[in-house]
Amino acid sequence: MSHTDRVLLAHGSGGVMMKNLIDEVFYEGYGSDLLLTGDDAAVLQSDALKEGRLAFSTDSFVVSPQFFPGGNIGRLAVCGTVNDVATAGATPLYLSIGMILEEGFELESLKEIVKTIKETALEAGVSIVTGDTKVVERGKADKIYINTSGIGVIPKGVEVSGHRIAPGDKILVSGTLGDHGIAIISQREGLSFSTTIQSDAAPLNHLISDVLKAVPQAKAFRDPTRGGLASTLNEFAEQSGCDIVVEEAAVPVKAEVKAACDMLGYDIFQVANEGKMVIVVPPEDAKAALSALHANPLGKDAAIIGEVKSPRKTEKPLVSLKTPFGSERVLDMLVGEQLPRIC
Amino acid sequence: MDLSIFANPDLTKAELSRIKERAADTNITLMEVCGTHTVSIARYGFRTLLPHNIKLLSGPGCPVCVSANEDIDTAIALAKREKTIVCTFGDMMRVPGSSSSLAQEKAGGADVRVVYSPLDALAVAKENPTYDVVFIGVGFETTAPVVAGAALQAQQAGLENLSVLAIHKTMPGALEALVNDPNLKIDGLILPGHVSVVTGIKPFEFLAEKYQIPGVITGFEPLDILTGIYDLVDMVIDKKPAIKNAYPRGVRDEGNKHAQALIEQVFEPCDVQWRGLGLIPQSGLCFRPEFAHLDARRRLDFEVEATREHKGCKCGEVLKGQMRPEACALFDKKCSPQNPIGPCMVSSEGSCSAAYRYRTIS
Repeated sequence: MSHTDRVLLAHGSGGVMMKNLIDEVFYEGYGSDLLLTGDDAAVLQSDALKEGRLAFSTDSFVVSPQFFPGGNIGRLAVCGTVNDVATAGATPLYLSIGMILEEGFELESLKEIVKTIKETALEAGVSIVTGDTKVVERGKADKIYINTSGIGVIPKGVEVSGHRIAPGDKILVSGTLGDHGIAIISQREGLSFSTTIQSDAAPLNHLISDVLKAVPQAKAFRDPTRGGLASTLNEFAEQSGCDIVVEEAAVPVKAEVKAACDMLGYDIFQVANEGKMVIVVPPEDAKAALSALHANPLGKDAAIIGEVKSPRKTEKPLVSLKTPFGSERVLDMLVGEQLPRIC
Repeated sequence: MDLSIFANPDLTKAELSRIKERAADTNITLMEVCGTHTVSIARYGFRTLLPHNIKLLSGPGCPVCVSANEDIDTAIALAKREKTIVCTFGDMMRVPGSSSSLAQEKAGGADVRVVYSPLDALAVAKENPTYDVVFIGVGFETTAPVVAGAALQAQQAGLENLSVLAIHKTMPGALEALVNDPNLKIDGLILPGHVSVVTGIKPFEFLAEKYQIPGVITGFEPLDILTGIYDLVDMVIDKKPAIKNAYPRGVRDEGNKHAQALIEQVFEPCDVQWRGLGLIPQSGLCFRPEFAHLDARRRLDFEVEATREHKGCKCGEVLKGQMRPEACALFDKKCSPQNPIGPCMVSSEGSCSAAYRYRTIS
């Protein structure tokens, strides 16, 4: 492929150039034994699969910019699906990667993304076992889109679901909120503020496994990605039919992230995260869960932020926020997208 | 700068008690006129924490909301033009005009781009020399200098395809209209922190001198706002109206001279329509004749549809502080952020949006 440094339409043609791209970029980058068999379908064989229950999830990644402080789209693509599978209490094992490339995308960037995918998969302990590549004409996509699907195995005895949440349960977050969303927006063209905030994208399956070891009866895990903490808690409230009350002062937020939110007019509770987990446990297990989180570097800033309550109103369960000044207000889901304010 | 001291819960509670004590039984109505204040007051839940005899009104502080329907329709008409790229702040996208919105036009194929600064529009114009690029210049004294700066740069660069739909507004005229409104009784004004960074204290002095209404420029942290409210209560009770700057870490009394000079160089005051407040003399900023070539209204051909107001929407009354958003018949029924009828519910800084998003539980 020495004659071109960009993705060409021919790379998606099914012919020699496509084979070269797959061999030299994808196989070389993240080929697992299963991927390297070259068959159209991966045949999964593992003793772990005999446990009985599988978790299966899929996610697509279209982020712009593709490279940002603390990672790139490749890291997001692995973490996003690994974390979704892990929220079921599962050990993620296998990943598929489907790429849609825009004609003209730099091969160097593609290789860097592939390298990141390999490193992140290694960090998460998952194998990439099948994949697909398509190339679309220039202007028909934004450089690179990635879809990943993942399969994991749920160990016996683990029962995790938002439906299990009950009054009295405690809500924890695994670390500071908003880092990813602010890292991305700070890189958007023309937004003139510089920051040292890094995206927090990380595979959290080991962290979840640590919590489940300490608290096997943990009720629910969810990563507060798009829509932030507000969406996750409203989903939990709806699933469980319970109210949720959050102590605003207990929610960990980095000072520079708060400052950026204030400047842009963003609500920190609605900003996206990629490397954080919301965890619900029975009240008597809250301290054990917190200790397990604190023992993992990805959970060092973890905190207990709120509590599940019996519903106060009949029509719809409510998520609310207690301010440090004594007022209490509704915490709604994000509507539309967050947009910087005008003054 | 560590601002956490200004959000200290103990100090905040102490300030609330101090206000309660100072106000005693006197009924006092205060108004803020800055979207960020609107949002902050709602977010901190101050309306439920302050004593009942202190009433906080939200005025015309949201730049998107105060834009007249005709101005929104003009932006939409520009987006419909052939070979035209409209660049706008994101807040404008979903604001409903008479029959459409910029977001709807974009979905229908118009080239409408969200930018974060007018300088982005400059770059778009350079990259697309065969297109007319129009920047929607909305905002108060805070954004006007940046637009003026971009206009000067465009002129220096000899950019011939960039123009601006200038619908900027200035605050003092609107405040004068409000205090002259016989239906409104405002005892004091929480003056806008961001606008004052540019204007300084002087343009607000007429409030105390001519109308005996006190005003305090405040910042946006909990203690900033409460200190401002305390000062206002104090001046109302003592009947010693003055204009104070309680936000010295952000606002110099003389303002930002450079920004003022930029506005002065490029724009001149003109009469403009405000939603709810109507025509207010000399409260808009229009291009000076020597910058007429940058004025989208004068430069480009387009047809604006006949203006139609939104049925039942009380945005105008809300903007004047005559009605709290919750009192509107549409609020949380037909009108919510998911399905906004008027701009006050669309913009993140709108009174209705803030009242909805941060509704308190008593």
